[in-house]
Amino acid sequence: MRPFDYQRAERLEHASQLAADSETLPLAGGTNLIDLMKLQVETPQTLVDIGRLSMGEIAEEGEGLRIGALATNTATAAHPRVRADYPVLARAILAGATQQLRNKATTGGNLCQRTRCYYFTNIDQPCNKREPGSGCGAIDGVARLHGILGTSPQCIATYPGDMAVAMAALDATVEITGESGERSVPVRDFHRLPGDTPEKDNVLEPGEIITAVTLPAPVSGKHIYRKVRERSSYAFALCSVAAIVDMAEGRITRADLAFGGLAHKPWHDPRIAELLVDSEPSLALFDKAADLLLEGAQGYGENDFKIPLTRRTLTAVLCDATGVEA
Amino acid sequence: MSVHLKQDSVDDRNVLDKTGQGVIGEPIERPEGLLKVTGTAPYAAEFKIPDCLEGVLVTAPILRGKVKSIDRDAVLSMPGVVAVLSDERMTGRAAQGMANAAPFQPAQDVEYWGQPVALVVAESFEEARDAAKHLPIEYETEEGPIDPAAVETSPAQDPTRQGDLAQAMNEAAHSVDVTITTEGHASAAMEPHAAIAQWDGSSLSVHASLQMLKFNRTELADSLGLDESKVRLLSPYVGGGFGSKLGISQEAVAASIAAMELGRPVRVVMSRQQVFQTIMRRTETQQRIRLAADADGKLTGFGHEARISNLPNEDFPEPVIQSSQFLYAGENRLLTLDMARIHRMTAGSVRAPGEAVGVQTVEQAMDMLAEKIGIDPIELRLKNLPDQHPVKGMPYSSRKLAECLQQGAEAFGWEKRPRKPRHTREGEWWIGTGVASAARIHAVVEAKARVSLQPDGTGMVESDMTDIGTGTYSILSQIAGEMLGLEPKDVLVRLGDTDFPPGSGSGGSMGASSTGSAVFLACEDLREQLARKLNVEPASMVLKDGFARWDGGQKALTELLDGDEITATGHFEPGDSTEDNLVSSFGAFFAEVAVNHWTGESRVRRMTGAFGFGRVLNRRTARSQCLGGMTWCIGNALTESLLFDPVDGHLANCDLAEYHVPVHRDVPDLQVLMLEERDGAASPIQAKGVGELGLCGGAGAIANAIYDACGARVFEYPMTPDRVLAALERV
Amino acid sequence: MAITINGQEHALPDDPRVTLLDLLRGDAGLTGTKKGCDHGQCGACTVLVNGMRINSCLALAVTHDGDEVTTIEGLGSPTEPGVMQSAFLAHDGFQCGYCTPGQICSATAMLEEIKAGWPSDATEDLEGAPEITGEEIRERMSGNLCRCGAYTNIVAAIREAAGEDA
Repeated sequence: MRPFDYQRAERLEHASQLAADSETLPLAGGTNLIDLMKLQVETPQTLVDIGRLSMGEIAEEGEGLRIGALATNTATAAHPRVRADYPVLARAILAGATQQLRNKATTGGNLCQRTRCYYFTNIDQPCNKREPGSGCGAIDGVARLHGILGTSPQCIATYPGDMAVAMAALDATVEITGESGERSVPVRDFHRLPGDTPEKDNVLEPGEIITAVTLPAPVSGKHIYRKVRERSSYAFALCSVAAIVDMAEGRITRADLAFGGLAHKPWHDPRIAELLVDSEPSLALFDKAADLLLEGAQGYGENDFKIPLTRRTLTAVLCDATGVEA
Repeated sequence: MSVHLKQDSVDDRNVLDKTGQGVIGEPIERPEGLLKVTGTAPYAAEFKIPDCLEGVLVTAPILRGKVKSIDRDAVLSMPGVVAVLSDERMTGRAAQGMANAAPFQPAQDVEYWGQPVALVVAESFEEARDAAKHLPIEYETEEGPIDPAAVETSPAQDPTRQGDLAQAMNEAAHSVDVTITTEGHASAAMEPHAAIAQWDGSSLSVHASLQMLKFNRTELADSLGLDESKVRLLSPYVGGGFGSKLGISQEAVAASIAAMELGRPVRVVMSRQQVFQTIMRRTETQQRIRLAADADGKLTGFGHEARISNLPNEDFPEPVIQSSQFLYAGENRLLTLDMARIHRMTAGSVRAPGEAVGVQTVEQAMDMLAEKIGIDPIELRLKNLPDQHPVKGMPYSSRKLAECLQQGAEAFGWEKRPRKPRHTREGEWWIGTGVASAARIHAVVEAKARVSLQPDGTGMVESDMTDIGTGTYSILSQIAGEMLGLEPKDVLVRLGDTDFPPGSGSGGSMGASSTGSAVFLACEDLREQLARKLNVEPASMVLKDGFARWDGGQKALTELLDGDEITATGHFEPGDSTEDNLVSSFGAFFAEVAVNHWTGESRVRRMTGAFGFGRVLNRRTARSQCLGGMTWCIGNALTESLLFDPVDGHLANCDLAEYHVPVHRDVPDLQVLMLEERDGAASPIQAKGVGELGLCGGAGAIANAIYDACGARVFEYPMTPDRVLAALERV
Repeated sequence: MAITINGQEHALPDDPRVTLLDLLRGDAGLTGTKKGCDHGQCGACTVLVNGMRINSCLALAVTHDGDEVTTIEGLGSPTEPGVMQSAFLAHDGFQCGYCTPGQICSATAMLEEIKAGWPSDATEDLEGAPEITGEEIRERMSGNLCRCGAYTNIVAAIREAAGEDA
């Protein structure tokens, strides 16, 4: 680690003031940041410890639920309301990392989790995300983990998390505070595509800090989080699907889906719900949904498999949700 | 007293069956176990040494080239930095197992990406690590081949040719010709390589994490230009080795140089990434298996041609075809091993070199052949066990392969039915079973151990032998206890110190038989010394529970010793017994696997292993060795692969998040059967190696179970979801 | 600023870069907690902080002032081993011993988590109370790698410590 100045924020405003400096980073659970600081992928001059601010509460908000930015992954997944009303979220969190990590990792930190691209985490390799202009080692390199949707010639990294994928399916909202006030951003718009500025993972501006994620009122339907991974636990997704699907009178009435492991952000394509809702479920219909999802998908050699794998995983989830027999 | 045996003949006296204590083979708890479960067993980096500096290795981010210049001043001004070393004695690679000489020097001639070239030493670890990231180094770079498939190969050993395999294939009633690939593996021992070096002005003492201290001492002394009498190594506890700590490694040499230069103790611990990138990889392999059989399923031809890789000037060839020499019949044989020279990190020993990747491919081919012939795969194997070595004609010293296949099948619940895939479906999962044979060549090496009987009647065993988790502390206390009539808890075993007599070291499953035999020989001598004191024939004396008994009397050992200590050093050397006989451990694996029909994810649901490896010295620690090997089978079959960058050859997945060793959830309850046998050619204690056998072939059982489940033959290890799906597409 | 380790108060380091793991293994002299990867990928450094298991390698020591840390040394000693430690010994739930303290700390916390009703990826009924099954143990212990391959015996040890039939 580079030497840094450690400051503990006593108030949120203080934290956001400090974090406005481009060389300052907020520290919450630290499970990703400390990891990256050891590798000198992250080299902040100042760390603002926000870990003791009172932002860990999980509370009812209207019919929905407000999950404080510092609520741990463990607390969220074990929360009775999350288990009862938002099981896709509990399942997604539990499918990620390990209990030790989830005990430390926070909601805000998890949203800001950086990619696991091998070239990003190795400072002796080119990476436009870590060092803009240095090139992308993955495009012609080891790209097994990498994206097939929304990639750019500058970056094919994926957002590695699970929690945010479920939140995208649930259409949750990220609450943000900064020097210029508070704002809300849908989780679906929180992460960015890499384009020409892959160094920016998300829409947070300097000094902005996530304060909470708000889940809308629960909706009826079957909640599924399906993660395909190489190990049976403790591995990042090759691809994952978060789904809330409801049926009435033989037709699909709701199909909120989001995908992990495929892109620089949790992938949500509104056209899929448009196609599925009001239709009778069938393998042919699911195939069309996969066509839509994977329109424009591009593999980079080693990750070509993600295209058929995603098709199959989506079909599996929709069969499970609707009872269609394969 | 020193007693020496070069074992030229079979020792079927089975002495350990005739002694009276009854502790040999017993599943005693590990004597060092309490220290391990309470966190009080000290590993290499954990010795508290005052005034100790911290060193961090600096590695080269180039494929190949030479260090031109190092800007030391750039980091010497950083807080806490004491020194930057780039000494020509530094080593860029670890020594191969039993090299007994310095590894390639100087470290500044870079042959692979990630090679250590310098050491930064500072007062604290954080200071050293930060400075190491900022050391400016200029290189003169060179190109070099990195793709093993794109270079010409040359033979790594003389081929085995007998008869005409091509003709046998042409004339065969049934045949299989298949090419299977495996990817690189890492040992990934949980304790990273670490050393603390202390120099007193004339001699060097190093706490290190090493498997074979006798060799490592010579390697370190040779690296430094020191007389080896000036070097002491200490490794009482080693946090796993699996081949990665066979030879002296870069951090131990660098720490030693730093301690000698700076006159202060220096600790160097490799980062996990450095362990992955600079220690040893198991080579990737490409293997062509050809089997020719007559209408009855008798093999008439057997071919195993393997391709491996290593750095240009590294000797070690992964002996992929080692047990193919003798596992199955077939008078027409062709076995070849060819080497590609490339600039990826050093290829070396990773648990069970050779068989760990060379048996599973043969076992897949056997499964395919059984299907073609239409017989049970166990029956095919039983039909083709040779009466003697198929080429050299020597006898098998002992071989429990048939019994392992039969008894393993029974324990597993193997259904002898026509094997047709996709017979069982549970929801989204196809369920299938598979079988494979296990084989691992047995080897012994020279070893010494000193055993004494203390005046208080307790025993003591001393050797520089290591216990890397294998159970050495346990079994040596049992061998000595059995021979001297003591409970194992009354035998103190002291290991891992080059001040003790040189044992075999841990590697190649040789430790128990080799050092165990040295202990046995020393104890035989002590028994004679006691018998002389009593004036009786040693054979007529029984030692039990601290008493010597003979016809007409008994005497407590304490009384017999009369305040004296008696000591003997056993010196074991392998001889003709392992040359005149084919000595190998054998076994069988059975696996039940579920394959997800949507995603191709494969999960092992249960697994049985049946093994015959000579005398079982401790049923608890031997079983644990088998469990460990079988766990490795799961990683080998499904998850483990080193991924190398095609541009500069660096290892991309260089950590434990992305190199997928099996986790708890990947491993179901595993069942182990141990079939006792006595192999007097293997060692005077009739024991063979077991540390690696459990890994030799089991991935093939999993592969065969994947086929039985879903109908897809996958010819690439590991069988990740994408590969299973691709194979399903071909069905 | 201070931290309590196994009931004893310790000063926090001056250098904020020092992790809880390095504090334990260094100044605190408690080398039972192991460094296997230093990046939260192996679990060898698992300790309990205020009763919760975490990877101490990913925690800066300075962030833990006022916290209560329990390490493997706090769970028992060679003369008075704890229940989980004895169970690991009895079932040979280790080989080289390097991942062992982390496994034992992790297992100790895990049984409490099951008692508290926290679900896991292996829990079928999210709203029900999880049970101590083999699959639950294996999933919940998956953050602790054992390269020797002692998993089968570790699960047996945990079952015994939990009062189940091993």
